[in-house]
Amino acid sequence: MTTPLLDVRDLVVEYHVRGGSFRAVDTVSFTVHKGRTLAIVGESGCGKSTIACAIVRLLKPSSGQILLDGTDIAPLSERRMRPLRSRVQMVFQDPYASLDPHLSAQDIVAEPLRLRGVRSAAERRATAAELIDRVGLPSSALERRPAEFSGGQRQRIGIARALASSPELLVCDEATSALDVSVQAQVLALLEDLQRDTGLTCIVISHNLGVVRQISADVVVMRAGRVVESGPTADVLAAPKEPYTRALRRAALDPTAMTGRKPRAFVTAREEIPA
Amino acid sequence: MSAALLDVVDLQVELITAGGVVRAVDGVSFTIGEGETVTVIGESGSGKSTTAMAVLGLLPDDLAVLSGSVRFGDTDVIAEPGALRAVRGRTVSLIPQDPMTALSPVHTIGRQLVEAVRLRRPELAKRDAEARAVELLDLVHVPRSTEQLGRYPHQLSGGMLQRVLIAIALAGEPRLLVADEPTSALDVTVQAGILGLLLELQESTGIGILMITHDLGVARLVSDRIHVMRDGRFVESGDVEAVVDHPSHEYTRKLLSAVPVLGPWDEDGTAAGGDR
Repeated sequence: MTTPLLDVRDLVVEYHVRGGSFRAVDTVSFTVHKGRTLAIVGESGCGKSTIACAIVRLLKPSSGQILLDGTDIAPLSERRMRPLRSRVQMVFQDPYASLDPHLSAQDIVAEPLRLRGVRSAAERRATAAELIDRVGLPSSALERRPAEFSGGQRQRIGIARALASSPELLVCDEATSALDVSVQAQVLALLEDLQRDTGLTCIVISHNLGVVRQISADVVVMRAGRVVESGPTADVLAAPKEPYTRALRRAALDPTAMTGRKPRAFVTAREEIPA
Repeated sequence: MSAALLDVVDLQVELITAGGVVRAVDGVSFTIGEGETVTVIGESGSGKSTTAMAVLGLLPDDLAVLSGSVRFGDTDVIAEPGALRAVRGRTVSLIPQDPMTALSPVHTIGRQLVEAVRLRRPELAKRDAEARAVELLDLVHVPRSTEQLGRYPHQLSGGMLQRVLIAIALAGEPRLLVADEPTSALDVTVQAGILGLLLELQESTGIGILMITHDLGVARLVSDRIHVMRDGRFVESGDVEAVVDHPSHEYTRKLLSAVPVLGPWDEDGTAAGGDR
């Protein structure tokens, strides 16, 4: 097989806390091939968002390698990292906090183009308009500010902004978890379209197994900073092997798959998971 | 079925906002009997939480105009708002949405729980009220209950705090619980524990539950009947199995189709390890 676009090896991220350090990510390894989507799934505190931040180098890992197309970006200084930043972009969790409230949608999307060195303002604005159209917003959106958009629309602007850098890898950190289910479905459909049309490679961070199954070919299940189980999503969800994955699978409520009425012995998943 | 614990008829709620008057709830009717869970499901802005807050009389008097009737047994709390004080915390209690912010951070779990116990039973001596508090924590399966009384909210996880809040709700010995998105701030495995607890409490005490949620999976699991709400109205109501398996309204179908499907799985683990 060809070199993976992203090859994470023995990644460790430690946070300094009072009286020592806390290992949020503990020797995690995985690869993502070009044009594929990998999901990292887990509950609060499992380290999934920390991994996202490490991959886009919003933080510097304590040890391990993050090979982007063969180049280890883990140890790079801010200055050496800067030219590579456009290659990996992030869509953030909270559509209400991740857009500058003072800028218009068009300016928000155009800003990364300036950083990429597109000199002509007219060209930047034209490209931003194309991207806003690409993510399914009307041209009337261009001059509006974040406060005038719904959560789903803001998330589309966030995606357009990430695409403005022409990234090879898009990291979506719980990009739909703040959205209503019908809006989530639209945003997921947009991501699938983009991927089909542009061959974009994605890492989707999520706590929602349904989202993971819909959007990603491969999955890494995490708990307490470590990988519990990984493999093709269809296999892992259809026949989870580890007790924790099984507990997650059992706790995921799929309304159309349920039968009967108010099961009294609904499993309290916590009891089954070995600590 | 015995007489309804809660009987809501043609409830309307108009909210006075900076942008004018908004009819947040536009004529909804439902009943909840003993041992029943009735769920109002909807997306942001549908009016589901406003419905719950109206039932509890927790909307600000000067900003909300209510009409219709909300009857707990023989008491209509819209006709007689003064009766609410006798009903709230006794006949009906609230389980709030975000357990991490619902408790006072500067008082111990024990103090807040004992306060709730004494509101219901002012005659109890301090020691007896504390014993009752421990009993309530045991009922909601908080481990090492006696120890927990001395702890502060920030020392407990979200799931444990939600159990404490359910214990506080139960301190008033209510016949009906209003649960406003009680698990949407929690991880799924923790959610499973809380929903399991509610089902268990209902089985053992026959308490009625008004569940407010945006999650069809949660609704399907815990409900007897559901009401699908949109723009202040119920677009579809009925037996939970019927509504989920054979939705008749287009909006219900759209909601159901938006939920990502998980597909079948090997729940017993028979295939694990042996299939390849």
